[in-house]
Amino acid sequence: MSVPENLQYTRSHEWVRVEDDVATIGITDHAQEELGDVVFVELPEAGATFEAGDSFGAVESVKAVSDLYAPVSGEVVEINSALEDAPEKINDDPYGEGWILKLRASDTGGLLSASDYEKVIEAEE
Amino acid sequence: MTRQTPLHEEHKKAGARLVDFAGWEMPVQYAGIKAEHEAVRTRAGLFDVSHMGEAVFRGPDAEAAVQRLVTRDVSRLETGQAGYAAVCYESGGTVDDVLVYRRADDFLIVVNAANRDKDLAHFRENVSGLDVEVSDESDDWALLALQGPEAAGILQDLTGTDLSGIRYYRFVEDEVDGVPATISRTGYTGEDGFEVFVRPDDAASLWRKLIESGAAPVGLGARDTLRLEAGMCLYGNELDAETTPLEAGIPFAVHLYKQPQFIGQGALLIEDAEGLKKKLVGFEIEGRGIARHGHTVTDGAEIVGQVTSGTLSPTLDRAIGLALVAPEVEDRFTVVIRDRPVPAIEVPLPFYKRDRKRGGSA
Repeated sequence: MSVPENLQYTRSHEWVRVEDDVATIGITDHAQEELGDVVFVELPEAGATFEAGDSFGAVESVKAVSDLYAPVSGEVVEINSALEDAPEKINDDPYGEGWILKLRASDTGGLLSASDYEKVIEAEE
Repeated sequence: MTRQTPLHEEHKKAGARLVDFAGWEMPVQYAGIKAEHEAVRTRAGLFDVSHMGEAVFRGPDAEAAVQRLVTRDVSRLETGQAGYAAVCYESGGTVDDVLVYRRADDFLIVVNAANRDKDLAHFRENVSGLDVEVSDESDDWALLALQGPEAAGILQDLTGTDLSGIRYYRFVEDEVDGVPATISRTGYTGEDGFEVFVRPDDAASLWRKLIESGAAPVGLGARDTLRLEAGMCLYGNELDAETTPLEAGIPFAVHLYKQPQFIGQGALLIEDAEGLKKKLVGFEIEGRGIARHGHTVTDGAEIVGQVTSGTLSPTLDRAIGLALVAPEVEDRFTVVIRDRPVPAIEVPLPFYKRDRKRGGSA
């Protein structure tokens, strides 16, 4: 299972890549593996705003629904609309083509490092 | 304490994800639900359903006891024939849905794992005055389901029984791979296939043989998507103590005028005469989203029912579901998916029907 060093993480299994004031967000390799085949992604509209910890959408596998939580506060600047027709990108490439949305964020504190996130996963198992 | 089937080690070796199901540690998936589902639709899949319960009725009044307990007229079953039936309360609500096997000297009833203790208690409470012995033989059997168009070919290589002679819902007691087995042409997937009862100690070796012969191991996740596409009920979803078999859309399992009467027959006769209070419908979601068990059905204003099962159909690639709705509900309604109303349209059941020219011959 892959936990790239250059990303930051949440306890609810989202990953975050911060570039300037834009945070790109997805779910981790561990999360997609736990979910199984992703068949549907429920996304907000661009322009919506969220506080850190808010539910902003959901990822559904054949069997289960999993809420998505905003890792940081901000405004949605872009969603990955390719997921509407190809939600399986989340399974195939969770840190790449399976990215979910981009938030414009002023404060990106409070996230976990890769090594801290690995401990979260270990504690679950 | 979670229980394990005799195939537990095989599941672990195959990399299954194990979950608690009705008190049993069971595989929910191996390679992935979509791949397993497709294996059953196009080739062959192998399920461990050893958690199902087996109740055996023996004695001079065995038939009378089963007649009292189930909705089907089992006097019409021949030796070597199985029948799908419901078990009802006096209210007409459903205790369980079961398969009744008529054997030469007794009756075997296969019950849902989650209902095993409840069913056995219900059976024993309701056979008073009859000369019958009701035994819980659930722990004496492992049950493997081999399903899919290639199932008959794979199984034929392991048995001397001519499988082409076993019609749908018929069974024989013989041998598979050199061990005693009951071979039943039944299943819960909408495909041709067999359910094979063997002794627990013989299960692992047969499992490995069937996998080596090309069957893909399939977990409970795909078992649910397969049965839902085939429009089959799941107890706890479509059927429960508050839902009658007529409401749940399985009148073919109910012989409403049978004699002697079954428990609940009076209530079902009244319901049949006065009209159903709710009805089971199949639907497709027309907007975006996937309906799930427990979601509300509305007519746009009022609540008119509930989704009992829903999934993204791997075969059809559409969001499908079953719902119990008020009888007057027409063919267009709304499903509230996570607070979002989405249009749905009723479609005929089953969602998926196999091409009988393709499978079905051994």
